[in-house]
Amino acid sequence: MVLELARPRPIWQIMFSTHHTDVGLLYLVFSLLAMFVGGAMAIALRIELFAPGIQLIEDSMTYNRLFTAHGTTMIFLFLLPSAAAVGNYLVPIMVRYKDMAYPKLNAIAFWMIPPAAALVWLGMADFGWYANPPYSVISAPAPAAEMWIFGLKVLGVSSILSSINFVVTILKCKHPDLSLGKVPLLAWSFLTSSIIVLAAMPTFAAALLMLLTDRLGVSGFFNPAMGGDPIAYSHLFWFTFHPEVYVLVIPAIGMMYEIIPRFSRRPIFSHSSGVAAFIILALVSFASWAHHMFATGMSFTEKTVFMVGTLAAVPASAMHVFNFLATMWNGRIKFATPMMFAVGGIALFFAAGAGGVVNTAMPLDFITHDSYWVVGHFHLFVFGTIAFGTIGFVYYLFPYITGRMYNEKWGVVHFILAFVGACITFFTQHILGLFGMPRRIYDYPEIDSWISMNALISVGAMIILVGMVIFLGNMIYSMAKGKPANLEDPFGLGGKYYYPFAQRNPQHGEGGY
Amino acid sequence: MAHSNWAEWIYLGVVTALLIYVGAEAWNVERIIDHAPEDAEIIKVTAQQWFWSFEHEDGTKEVGELHLKKDHAYKFEIQSKDVVHNFNIPEFVVLMDAIPGRINTVWFSPNEAGEFDIQCREYCGLIHYNMRAKLFVEGV
Ligand code: HEM
Ligand SMILES: [Cu+2]
Ligand SMILES: [Cu+2]
Repeated sequence: MVLELARPRPIWQIMFSTHHTDVGLLYLVFSLLAMFVGGAMAIALRIELFAPGIQLIEDSMTYNRLFTAHGTTMIFLFLLPSAAAVGNYLVPIMVRYKDMAYPKLNAIAFWMIPPAAALVWLGMADFGWYANPPYSVISAPAPAAEMWIFGLKVLGVSSILSSINFVVTILKCKHPDLSLGKVPLLAWSFLTSSIIVLAAMPTFAAALLMLLTDRLGVSGFFNPAMGGDPIAYSHLFWFTFHPEVYVLVIPAIGMMYEIIPRFSRRPIFSHSSGVAAFIILALVSFASWAHHMFATGMSFTEKTVFMVGTLAAVPASAMHVFNFLATMWNGRIKFATPMMFAVGGIALFFAAGAGGVVNTAMPLDFITHDSYWVVGHFHLFVFGTIAFGTIGFVYYLFPYITGRMYNEKWGVVHFILAFVGACITFFTQHILGLFGMPRRIYDYPEIDSWISMNALISVGAMIILVGMVIFLGNMIYSMAKGKPANLEDPFGLGGKYYYPFAQRNPQHGEGGY
Repeated sequence: MAHSNWAEWIYLGVVTALLIYVGAEAWNVERIIDHAPEDAEIIKVTAQQWFWSFEHEDGTKEVGELHLKKDHAYKFEIQSKDVVHNFNIPEFVVLMDAIPGRINTVWFSPNEAGEFDIQCREYCGLIHYNMRAKLFVEGV
């Protein structure tokens, strides 16, 4: 399985290419860039919160703009594109087709992202990643808000286009000898997450337009002063974005399904259980959106329905965890960096899910809602699970893309720092939430427990930062100077544990890979 | 490939049983605390960028602080004049959105005298971080 080689090519040739490995490379480079941009924003926020009073950021408006851009960047510009990168590289190979179904559309979907990123980063809106009205309608400063709305509009279209491509590639272009049930779980993860996008995203697209016309004053959908209802927006938003959290987590689980059997040197415990769990998650993810809205004054019946809908998704997640553990059981495990990130990610996935159950048990949500608990909860998912799976996979793909090996020792150091840092940061955030600290605040009163926990969280964030700098250094150095990889067996697992199908990039010329 | 699935089924059974237990317990507790007692005294709470004001049943008004009596039931009627806020007394797990165009209610009965924090728990702009008030509970 060779995806790309260290054969120098002019950069424009990659940029204007529509070949799936080239588009995958573009996605990958862009998403890692976005990760570092979003990470820098997070570090600024954490420095500010290290102690009460002004530390780094002079005014609350700047702080509010930063947390909005941080969340938007991490979800839409890092996690979604990095998943698309992996899908582009591997889905065509796994279904044994020469490329994505619609190569030009594929390149277009990617190229929509940088301009959208420019809108988000140049605008710097201040209303948080869910743009809650009526604040976002009557109070948020222009033109930042409009730029964010247009940026998200473009990102939504891009993700719909790439989802269509994945669905068609998998269902229509797969090799006739390959039955759907036999399609590898990573490709299954892209099939299910893409279907969720297609069902969920149009709702948010509509809500964004309504928000825009509300801001222009020509409508009042969400503006009570014009007879509208802000809660309607919350429903539309969460109808898209609760399923969307599964759009992020499902591909990461798919990546773990690649890594864990390979590095355990055993086949996956149960392929069909993995497929079933993906399908169940895709369906049930639509039954829980209003668990984000328990405190909006919903009736007891509504709350009950959405609690049950949320709990119903947990067994499917638990099936994945079981599948991973059962695969590792009695396996000959090789703990190289990709495997460490995958296993660490599963541990944090489990912890995050447990916290989610607390959120959804109605009376307890009134303790955790909009506190730092929620911040800790979803960071255990988005960083602890999804980014861990993704970063592990970047290490895994590294030799295939560059032809060279990364430095294993520094990879392990990166993992240890990321894992320890994530535990310190996000578990402490849970506890801080129980002590009542609201999220999205620029400064806080001098309450002893808040002060010490905030300092600890900021230290944890710094530990993660050190790990990420090592990651970056390792990538850049190894790309140029790393040991040439043995492409038959880069991780020394014994050749039969790799994916058997190769792909040729026509731009590598005749005779090349 | 050959493997038996009974372990997975047992595991799923345990997980599901735990979830049903948690869900049933949550349902039961929420059912009880969802209804305010008949004799609860009504306090009107108004949120506004970026302060809280209160009106007692007898018409007295307070801004930025609220005086209540220990072991007495109160029902808050919460509204907002501009954007969405969230009325929160962390010490007593009182938490409810203040939404323009709606009145949301929540009740509590302070079982402890002293001075407590009231804060806004939903992002509402510039001074959200300092949209705070004080609750004074007097013992009887
Ligand atoms: C076991 C599964 C899960 C359960 C039971 C669960 C439950 C919840 C609940 C009830 C909330 C609302 C908390 C509140 O605001 O009061 C919440 C918030 C959140 N969850 Fe989860 N969740 C689960 C999985 C996930 C996954 C997989 C992700 C992400 C990939 C995720 C991301 C989030 C996010 C982003 C929020 C915060 C929303 C916000 O207030 O901005 N959750 N979760
Ligand atoms: Cu959710
Ligand atoms: Cu507020």
